[in-house]
This record gives sequence, C-alpha cells and structure tokens, in this order.
Amino acid sequence: MEGLKLTNAELLVYIHPSKSGNKLKAICRELSSLLFQYDEIFDGVLLAFDVTVKSKGAKILAGLNPYFGVKVEASLLLFNPKPNSLVEGKIVKISPETIHVIVLGFSAAVVTDIDIREEFKYRMRNGEDCFVSSSHKRHVLKVGTMLRLQVESFDEEVMHIAGSLLPANTGCVKWLEKQSEEALHMDRLVLICTLFFT
Amino acid sequence: MGASEVLTDPSSLYDVGNGEYSDTYTMLTVRNALASVQNGESERYEELVQSMQIIKGADHAVWADLVTILNALSGSVACIDIIHHRKLLSSVFGMSLWDLKPHVMEALVGLLISLAATSGKYLDSCLNMLIGHFVPPRWVIDRLSQRRVIDQKTDVLSQVHGAILKISLLVPLAPSRLLPMLAQQMPKINKKDNVVVMYVENLFKLESSPIGQVGSSMLFMMVMERLRDLDLEIDWDDILQDDSSRGMFDMELEDTMNEGEEVGLFWNLMYQNTSGGNVVFESLDKLMVISFDHLESCNLDGRLDQVFEKLFGAFENFILNTYKSKVSQFLMFYACSLDPENCGVKFASKLMDIFLSSNKPRPTRQVSLSPLCSNVSYSLHNTLVLMTTWLMSAIAYLASYLARGKFLPITYVATMLKRLVDECADYCGACNDDIRPEAHQIFYSGCQAIMYVLCFRMRSILNVPLFRSQLIPLESILMHRLNPLMVCLPSVVAEFLKQAKAGGMFVVSDAFIFDDLLESELSRAFGGPERLDTFFPFDSCLLKSSNSYISPNFIYWSMVRPTYEEDDDDEEDAEIIVNGDEESDEEEEEGDLDYSMNKMSITPKHSFKNKMERDGLLKMPSMIRPSISPQSF
Repeated sequence: MEGLKLTNAELLVYIHPSKSGNKLKAICRELSSLLFQYDEIFDGVLLAFDVTVKSKGAKILAGLNPYFGVKVEASLLLFNPKPNSLVEGKIVKISPETIHVIVLGFSAAVVTDIDIREEFKYRMRNGEDCFVSSSHKRHVLKVGTMLRLQVESFDEEVMHIAGSLLPANTGCVKWLEKQSEEALHMDRLVLICTLFFT
Repeated sequence: MGASEVLTDPSSLYDVGNGEYSDTYTMLTVRNALASVQNGESERYEELVQSMQIIKGADHAVWADLVTILNALSGSVACIDIIHHRKLLSSVFGMSLWDLKPHVMEALVGLLISLAATSGKYLDSCLNMLIGHFVPPRWVIDRLSQRRVIDQKTDVLSQVHGAILKISLLVPLAPSRLLPMLAQQMPKINKKDNVVVMYVENLFKLESSPIGQVGSSMLFMMVMERLRDLDLEIDWDDILQDDSSRGMFDMELEDTMNEGEEVGLFWNLMYQNTSGGNVVFESLDKLMVISFDHLESCNLDGRLDQVFEKLFGAFENFILNTYKSKVSQFLMFYACSLDPENCGVKFASKLMDIFLSSNKPRPTRQVSLSPLCSNVSYSLHNTLVLMTTWLMSAIAYLASYLARGKFLPITYVATMLKRLVDECADYCGACNDDIRPEAHQIFYSGCQAIMYVLCFRMRSILNVPLFRSQLIPLESILMHRLNPLMVCLPSVVAEFLKQAKAGGMFVVSDAFIFDDLLESELSRAFGGPERLDTFFPFDSCLLKSSNSYISPNFIYWSMVRPTYEEDDDDEEDAEIIVNGDEESDEEEEEGDLDYSMNKMSITPKHSFKNKMERDGLLKMPSMIRPSISPQSF
C-alpha cells in the first residue's frame, strides 16, 4: 500500500520537572499526544514511533516552569496518501451512491458513484448491498471486502480520503491479486513455450 | 411525458405526492438543481432550498415531499459544494428534529450521516447539530409532564444517539472530534432550570455506547467537573452555621430520618437557605442520582471495574483537592459500595499509594535557594506546597472512607491501618528537630487519620489479637516528641484516647496535658489555610435523594458502639494512663459523654461562635465530629 513511509528524526522533547523520575515515559507521552494527527513538520499523520534517548544531559528552559529538553532519536511511521496513489481498506458500508471504506483502521475513505467505473453495477444479493463487475462476475465488492482505491484527495484535518475506482487496477484486493498471479503465470507459460519452440 | 420534458418543467420538479416519480428520478432532479448553480442558473436550486423550509401546520403531502428531497440529497452529497450551496447547507443545519414528524426525522438523520461520512468538510457541523439536540427546546422542557412529549423526547434522542454511533462507525476519528464539542456545548449552571441534568443524561448514554470505550475518561471528567461546580455553588458553611435550630444539625442525617416532621423541616431549611434558591440543590441532587444510576448500570453490565479507573482519574483531577465539596465525592463512595472487593479496595489502595508515593517531600530534603535560580526555587517551593496538600487530602479521604464504609471488611481496614502506622513510625525515626506543626503536616495527617479510623473501628480492631498487635508501634508514635496528641484535632484525639483507655489499648507512662487553647492553634497550624485538620470528606451526604443511595452502606456515628459504653465492668481492668493525671480516674466512673473542656472531651473545641452553640453541642456532635466509639463491623 502506498502512502506509508518510515522516517528517522532527531527531536527535542520538553518535559515538565515533575516527570523527571521517568523520562522515557514522559517522552512517550509527549509523542503519543501527536498520534493520529497530521503534522506539517513530519508531513504526514503519525501512526507509530520508536524512540531512543541520545543525551545524558538536558538543557533547562529559563522561566517560571523549568521544563528541560531531552534530545531523542525517533523512528516515525507516517501516513500521507498523495493524490493518485493507491491505498487499501475494508468496506464498511455500501449504498447505491457510495462505498464507505476504513483505511488502516482510522481513516475514513469514500468512493461516490461518479467515481465508480461503469463496469461495477449496484446489486442487492441475498439482502446484502454490493457492487458486481459486469465483466467479471466473481469480482464483487461487498461489506467486509478489502478494497484497493486510488486517492483523489486527502483531508488532513479529519483524515478523510476521497477515493476513486475508475482506474482498472482498483477493486477487490483479493481478486486483483489473483488476476495478477494468473497473468504472471500465463506470462511464464508463454515465455516457456516461446523458448521451447525457438 | 419524457424524462427530458420533466427535467425542464420546474412546476413538476418536486411534485411526488402521487408516487409517479421514482426515487432515482428525484435524485437526478436534485442533482441537476445542485449542478445548475455552478452554471449560473439558480432557479431550480432556489426552489429546492425553498422546499426545505418547514411550514407549521403543513399537510401530509408537504412532509412527504420533504422526505423525498432529504433522501435524494442523502444520495447526492458528493454533488453538494460547501460554497455554492451554502444556503442549502444552512437550511439543513438549521433544522431541528424536535419540529419534525418521525418519518421526516429519519430522513434528516440519514442526510446528516451521509454528509458527515461522505465529506470531511461537514463532519463537525453534523456532530454539532446532533449534540445541540441534547437539550430540548423550552417548549419541550415546559411540557415534560405530558406523556406525548416524553415519548417524543425518547424518539428524538434515540435518533440522535443512533446517528452519532453510525457516524462513528463510518468515520473512526469522529469520537475524537465529538468529545471536545461535548465539553464546549455543556450547559453552564443555570439557576432557573436544570438543563445540565438533561445534558449529562445524554453523556452517560454515550458512555454506555461503543463511543464510551474511547471517550469514557473525558466524559467522566466533564460530569465530575460539573458536579464540583454545582457543589461549590452552594455555600454549605453558610447553611450549616446560620440555621437557628442548631440542635437538629448537631445530629447526623440518619438520626433525623426517624423523626417525622423534623425530616421535612430539615430538608426545607436546607433548601431554603441556599442563595440561588432550591434549583441548584435539586440540580446537584438529580445529577448525583443519575450518576449513581449510571454506575449501577455499569456494574450490572460487568464493567464497573474498568469504569472505576476513569472515575478515579476524574476524581483526582477535580474533587481530591476541592476541600469545599460536600457531595460530589460520594460518587466514589457509591461506586465502591457497588463492588467492594474490586473498586472498594482499589479506592483505598490508590489513596494510600498517593500518601506513600515516592515523590512525597521528606523532612530531611533541603531545597537550595540559589539567587541565580530564584524562579526555579519559587516554582519548586510551590510544587512542594501543592504536593503536601495533595497528600494530606488523600489521607483525609482515606481516613474518612475507612471509617464510614460499612461494606469494608475489618481485615482490610486493619491492613490499611497497619500501613499507616508503619509509615508514621518510619517518619518518627527519620524526622528532624523542627517541632513546628507546619513542618510535619503529612505526619500529623497520618496520625489523625489513624486515630479517626480507630474512633469508628476501635472495638472491632481490638477484638482481634492480630490486629491489636499490629497497632503496637502506635504508642511510640503518639508519645514521640512531635506530640501528635497535642497537635491533631482535639475532638478526634479526645475520643480516641477515651476509647483507647476503655479498650486497654496501650499504656502510656508520660503525663499528657490537654490544653484546650493550644490545641486549636496547633491543629490549625498543621491543617494549613485549607483547614485539612477538619477535613472529613465522607461525612453525611446532605442531599435527600442522593443520601438514600448512600445510607444503606454508610456508618453513621450513632451506629457505632463505644468501647466504654456498656462494659462498666471492664473499666477496672483499664490500664490506660494517657494523661497521667488524677482527674482521669474520676472520668472512669462516668459512662456518659463528658463535656468538660479540660478533660478528654468528645465535643469539638473549634468553631464555637457563641455560648449557645457550645451548649447546643451537648448532643451527639455533627458531621465532622465523631463522638461515639465504633460498633463491631
């Protein structure tokens, strides 16, 4: 899945003196307050981090509350889906006009009917809403399906993705991977046959 | 009529009363109207906006049209633009579910869910609009006695909560945006009505829903803060001091329950003496009651243990250091009474942990005052003061809780007492030469806590040899040069010594002089400006309905059996020579309360305003003054 990146950063974390007994816990608490929020400096939504305290000393800030700054090295997992990148998520709701998806368990993504390619038709099967491909009957999108979609836009404030199923390489992840495996297998067979007959 | 002709004929756009047009067709029509604005043709759009206006007394066909349009808009959310369709959005967000019939309500809620889930731009507006329904409009509040209106309230709130939940399922981060909005929209204290109670009912409903799994802490914080605010709004000291029938207040609440007319008079006096009328009292009482009910439902659902952690966090934040609150803290008491083995034990343990925390300032610790770091020193000094009052408050809560919790087994109380005794004994071994009460506030708090609990539990503790033996170090603590018997609150010390003597607890060889005047000053000195020496937070709950929840699990002073009360025969075996003076022998002949000011009196020495009040205290002392030794619990 695109949109995820692992990056290293050198940070200076300021801690209240009352937390000096357990610096690591205080540092983790500070960084945890940034989780699942878009940060301009990191250029992405912080999903996870791992920290190492580098310095033994810390500079105390002058002022009424003498916070002290601890230098840390952190590995940061960031999420920033750019337009036209591909992301994957689980379908949670289908209606004739929309497909609602949850990406990585926290980001809401929506594909509206104008962004669903003509191939997919809305159907009600066994009381369940779904979109079925008219060209490939086994290509079905229903609640619980892992969906690959193309990012149209990403609202950083609410972490909302507007997605598209127009490109041919979007759809049910399982079906797409099976298709690509079969295609690869066919390619290999063709190659073998070509080599055999030449 | 062909489809294209219909699309261009404005008069037929929204006429679906006869069911001729399908939902799909209406949706196409609506989408065309929305798109037309961007093409510079706003006529259809204006018509669409116009059709959203609710006219009072409209007939069934109009409502049906509105439903169709709302459903069509739900399916066309992607076509709505936040700038071009500002009027339409304003119209949608300006609607109120309270004005709508049930089927229209459903359609509007469907649109809100669609708006919130399909585009992040509308999420906050949708959530705000839904939260705005937590407090009904005035015309609903005024008619809440009518069955029809009650049913409507149930329907509306059911739709609102259902919508919030559905939005949260589709937009996982919605709860994190919802919670700050809930805090912002929380009604302020209003002396005219109790809308706060209605709002909090909805908060508890959210807490019980899946949203509570992520938002429980914050929700309890909001409730606890509001409880505290209401509690502080009431001038309790004013009520308790100004009452002319002082004698009645001298008795704890339980004693008034069996006295017919006096019960009603008591509550009337309480409610009339408030500066803001009785609305604040009623609001606080109702808020406490719905909080108790919620805790009970959490217990029935088997999740009180998890909820308790969040509740304690809120208590620590808002109540622990609020010394003027008289009622709010009973939320913790009630939670503990519902689940004594888990929550009951946890509460005491957490308070004990605060008291024993490693950050506690020790008497040997010095704070250096470098002129270059004056700000640092000032800040550290303030931190030290705050920490001290924090610890003293925790120990006061622990003492009051161990004394009053009927549901606490005596084995547990004894264990806690042993820890307190051991801690105080350690302190005695390590303390410096400074004998000012202000320098040893935490120590005196600990000693007073031990004595206070023993005033209630003396008989039960002394009856078990193991528990009795665990209190052996107490003798040396009380006879230490820091002299806690002189410094701690006189009424507590007096009662404790009386019972200790009657129970044969220990023998003290040194003479003890009980000087009334010095006691008040010394206890005030250790209590500090907040008067933590007279802080007994779990004295009787003073609210009528709330007290009915608390009283079955509450040890009233009258329920306690003193060690000296019935066993006249045992007095001959008493080995206590606490005072070491001759007058104490005369006291042994009396089994009743002794109000001599120079003896170990059970009456409080402080807060005497005049002689009449002092005489009034000849009866059993009131809330903060234990006067009878404990029954076996």
